Amino acid sequence: MFDVSRDAPLPPLPGVGYKPQHYADIIKNPDPIGWLEIHAENYMGGGGRPIAQLRHLAERFPISVHGVGLSIGSEGDLDPEHLARLKHLVDWLNPASFSEHLAWSTHDSHFLNDLLPLPYTETTLAQVASHITQVQETLGRQMLLENPSSYLAFAESTLSETEFLREIVARTGCGLLLDVNNVFVSATNLKTSPQAYIDAFPLEAVGELHLGGHDEDEDETGAPLLIDSHGKPIVDPVWALLDYTLERSGPKPLLIEWDNDVPDWATLAEEATRAVTALTKVAA
Amino acid sequence: MKVNQAAFQAGLFDPAAPAPTGLQNPDGAPATKRFDVYRNNVAVSLSDALETAFPVIHKLVGDQFFRAMAGVYLRKHPPSSPLMMFYGEKMPQFLRRFPPAQSLPYLPDIAKLELAMRRAYHAADTKAVDPQALAALAPDTLLASRLRLAPSIQVLTSDYPIHGIYRANTTNDAPKPVMQPEAVLITRPGFDPQINLIDGSSANCIKALMDNTPLGETLTDDRLDLGATLSILLGQSAITEIH
Repeated sequence: MFDVSRDAPLPPLPGVGYKPQHYADIIKNPDPIGWLEIHAENYMGGGGRPIAQLRHLAERFPISVHGVGLSIGSEGDLDPEHLARLKHLVDWLNPASFSEHLAWSTHDSHFLNDLLPLPYTETTLAQVASHITQVQETLGRQMLLENPSSYLAFAESTLSETEFLREIVARTGCGLLLDVNNVFVSATNLKTSPQAYIDAFPLEAVGELHLGGHDEDEDETGAPLLIDSHGKPIVDPVWALLDYTLERSGPKPLLIEWDNDVPDWATLAEEATRAVTALTKVAA
Repeated sequence: MKVNQAAFQAGLFDPAAPAPTGLQNPDGAPATKRFDVYRNNVAVSLSDALETAFPVIHKLVGDQFFRAMAGVYLRKHPPSSPLMMFYGEKMPQFLRRFPPAQSLPYLPDIAKLELAMRRAYHAADTKAVDPQALAALAPDTLLASRLRLAPSIQVLTSDYPIHGIYRANTTNDAPKPVMQPEAVLITRPGFDPQINLIDGSSANCIKALMDNTPLGETLTDDRLDLGATLSILLGQSAITEIH
């Protein structure tokens, strides 16, 4: 079905975040999925069914390894043990892509299991760039860095997020993972323009797009507060922002993320079919 | 005003504290509910991770008790690594000292059992020895041998019927647990961990084998049924090397 060349990049097709409950469906008929994304930390056990399934899937699909625990935005050093576990996974799996988040999740050896925000300053720029360089040198490959969902702003920030990411790319040579839902969530929450964000984003560095659902709430002033929950269908304004992005970036590998209240395969495949339509509009 | 990660983290675990100064709404006002999003994400995701790790404990105490207990646990013992598949390692000790859990004295051992099942699920894959190879050994050679067991193999002994309680909460039509001490052997012949009821003398023998004691030196208990013990180990693909 797909020629899985181990050193090929992700194809500009829809992919989904892999969930074990979809294993049989995916093996039977993966259409319209061209690749799969896994969370690195779920495959760091010694063996058993998770690793066996991943080995089997990797023979059939290009795999994107998406880390959620490296804490690249930490003020302190990266956890060498975790980096070693990641290297082990990337070495045996040889995935088409590795990505992580512009966020922190570990402080003082406590892992907080959430993607926490950082201010954008010259200090954090130097820290993040140094961590990315360390990761890329350890893994021996380029990584992609994902833009976060923001719920609040730091008074101390001196750079915009797009300026920050552009400079990270310039200093480290990393690529970017552009999460279109995160752009929409952040822009709504911080009362900025999502289109202006896309216009300012270094699209030439983008190796992958993410798309997911969010929850709607309000803050104490009644202003909209969107929460990046990955537990719902993608809303129309985010599909529209995807079109806006694809018109400027051209086709890219496009991931449907659905991590909570995971639906059946048919529902997920429907979202992926809509992604095919969006990608086809800008193809050639 | 700078917000360092220590201050951010302290704020996450203290729901009564105001959001750290320097975190703002888009109009420049101090963030309150917006900071609560992170507080909520951390508490809910860790609590969910504990529920995934301890389904039998959850069933035994009910959702309301479990959530309240998880809220105390996650603040006292936040994860020390990003491998959420192993989060909850300190649950047995925690439950032993958690005052509201004192009326269910078997909970700590059930927590140990659930942790062991999880470790077995993720343990490294191994190839079992051919049962015939063991049968072919002369008795003296066999007794002088050490048996290497698969990394999924674990033995738990308890003053409570841990096997009965576990089965009653995970299997339909399982018999009601009888209040008595029980020992279990956890194995993983394929991908699914199995919980095997064994007697105390078998448990001691297998523990000794795991400490690399030659088989002959594990036979210290007259009540031990060696044939049955070896048969369960072989049948569960638990022996990976005879040396």
